[in-house]
Amino acid sequence: MIEVQHLTKRYGPTTAVDDISFRVEKGEILGFLGPNGAGKTTTMRVLTGYMPPTEGRAVVAGYDIFDQPIEAKRRIGYLPETPPLYPEMTVSDYLLFVSRIKGVPRAERKARVGEVMERTRVADMANRHCGKLSKGYRQRVGLAQALLHNPEVLILDEPTAGLDPKQIIETRQLIKQLGGDHTVILSTHILPEVSQTCGRVVIINKGRVVAVDTPENLTSRLRGSETMFVQVDAPAASDVRTALLGVPGVTEVSLAETRGNLASYEVNSGSGRDVRRELASAVVSSGWGLLELRPLRMSLEEIFLHLTTEDTTAGTGADTTADTTVDTTEEVAQ
Amino acid sequence: MTNILAIADKEIKGYFASPIAYIVIGFSAILYGWFFINLLYYFDRISMQAGGGFGGPQSVNVNEQLISPLFLNVSVILLFTLPLVTMRTYSEEKRSGTIELLLTSPLTDLQIVIGKFLGGLTLYAAMLAVTLVHMGFLFAFGNPEWRPVLSGYLGLLLMGGCFLSLGLFISSLTRNQIVAGMVTFAVFLLFWVINWISTFMGPTTQNVLNYLSITEHLNDFTRGVVDTKHLVYYLSFIAFSLFLTVRAVDSERWRG
Repeated sequence: MIEVQHLTKRYGPTTAVDDISFRVEKGEILGFLGPNGAGKTTTMRVLTGYMPPTEGRAVVAGYDIFDQPIEAKRRIGYLPETPPLYPEMTVSDYLLFVSRIKGVPRAERKARVGEVMERTRVADMANRHCGKLSKGYRQRVGLAQALLHNPEVLILDEPTAGLDPKQIIETRQLIKQLGGDHTVILSTHILPEVSQTCGRVVIINKGRVVAVDTPENLTSRLRGSETMFVQVDAPAASDVRTALLGVPGVTEVSLAETRGNLASYEVNSGSGRDVRRELASAVVSSGWGLLELRPLRMSLEEIFLHLTTEDTTAGTGADTTADTTVDTTEEVAQ
Repeated sequence: MTNILAIADKEIKGYFASPIAYIVIGFSAILYGWFFINLLYYFDRISMQAGGGFGGPQSVNVNEQLISPLFLNVSVILLFTLPLVTMRTYSEEKRSGTIELLLTSPLTDLQIVIGKFLGGLTLYAAMLAVTLVHMGFLFAFGNPEWRPVLSGYLGLLLMGGCFLSLGLFISSLTRNQIVAGMVTFAVFLLFWVINWISTFMGPTTQNVLNYLSITEHLNDFTRGVVDTKHLVYYLSFIAFSLFLTVRAVDSERWRG
């Protein structure tokens, strides 16, 4: 549905997006994750035909965004970082105008606008001027605008920015509903959003793709070994560490915390090997109390930090250019 | 075409939703009324002189002595009001980010530019419509010829179109509407006074400067002459400015 090949975007001497390639299948929800200034907005702007790429190409809904922009744009709904509202128009007038320029047939416009306002829960503000809306409503009117012509592809730049927690949950549910019928790309730097809504994640940093995978695979792939968290209630003198190390498959045991008789350990084992049964019986057979035993998963936050900071430390030569890239993209994003 | 109309419609509603339309129409109505009264008194005096045989002009003509100078005075009003009309067209869209909506919609750049131009032209036409009231009085109490009046309005519409298209182009270059307004005003002024120096120049330079002057081309229209030379000047001026605007929007895309 969306195919991005070797996309590069330079602003003068600085490179905002550097040789990005990825695919999004029909009905998929793809999360676009990266720190501020990583090139998310630039990539989305290229995909929506707002700006042409310096190199590479992007095919959206079967049309090359650069060669057949009108056909491609007919099939794209786009919510930019700042919702593009005209402050002097009322919400319903604004949505009618957008439906008109998006090519919704005249007879269907009113019905479409009503439908979309219901869906994004802005119907109660239909006659309010866009300039007088709260941030949450502005964001949702922006989303409504992107849905008007029922596009095959939705590109949403930080759709939940500025919403309160209840609205965030509602919006995520809405986006989830939209997946299936629509192909969705959403950018965010809020990590739980990705694991909750997206089927696949592209992590981007300093204009480069650093990882593409499902949230689950990312969490497990990044760990060479399995780590168990074990909390044991044992008398002070007992040597729990040695007992745990004696379990076959365990490679490393480190003490995480002690509180009185309670001691917590992190136990590493070779990857793909489940040592939970052996660990439990080792603890119990020594006569100690097993209070907790659970696998430790790297959270998406950790993965994200891991991926995006690892890149910084690798090669200092590239760093100077990369830093300026970040600056310009932030500027552009404003 | 429907796309162009959608944009034009949006522009017109935008003008009337903000104070701009009312300021522009009100301000120009007051100024125009002032010019009208002045010229009317002047015309009244010279026609009395002509009638009294005090050595005044042999005959007076309401078209030549009143309507034609009145039309020429309108260019002064346009100088001040049309920058107000065009200054926000593009710069405001850029500043608020709504340009992203327009450029990612299935519209061509040309459709957007023409739509915006037509929107401005409609507001300008509304501004001119106010002057029909004064013209009505002249027709009610006098006996002017209607043909020069018609061609005069055509000339005014074309001249305003030049100013509007130029203003649109300048607005597309910046995201600051005050800058757009000031630069537009300065450039309008330049095109207005460009031939003032022509009397001191050689014949060739004189002709070139006179040709460039936007207001110089209005003279013949107000006298009832629709010369292709002037039509070509005005229409090519508008087309070139709109073309430059399209290019400016496009180059903005590349630069990001």
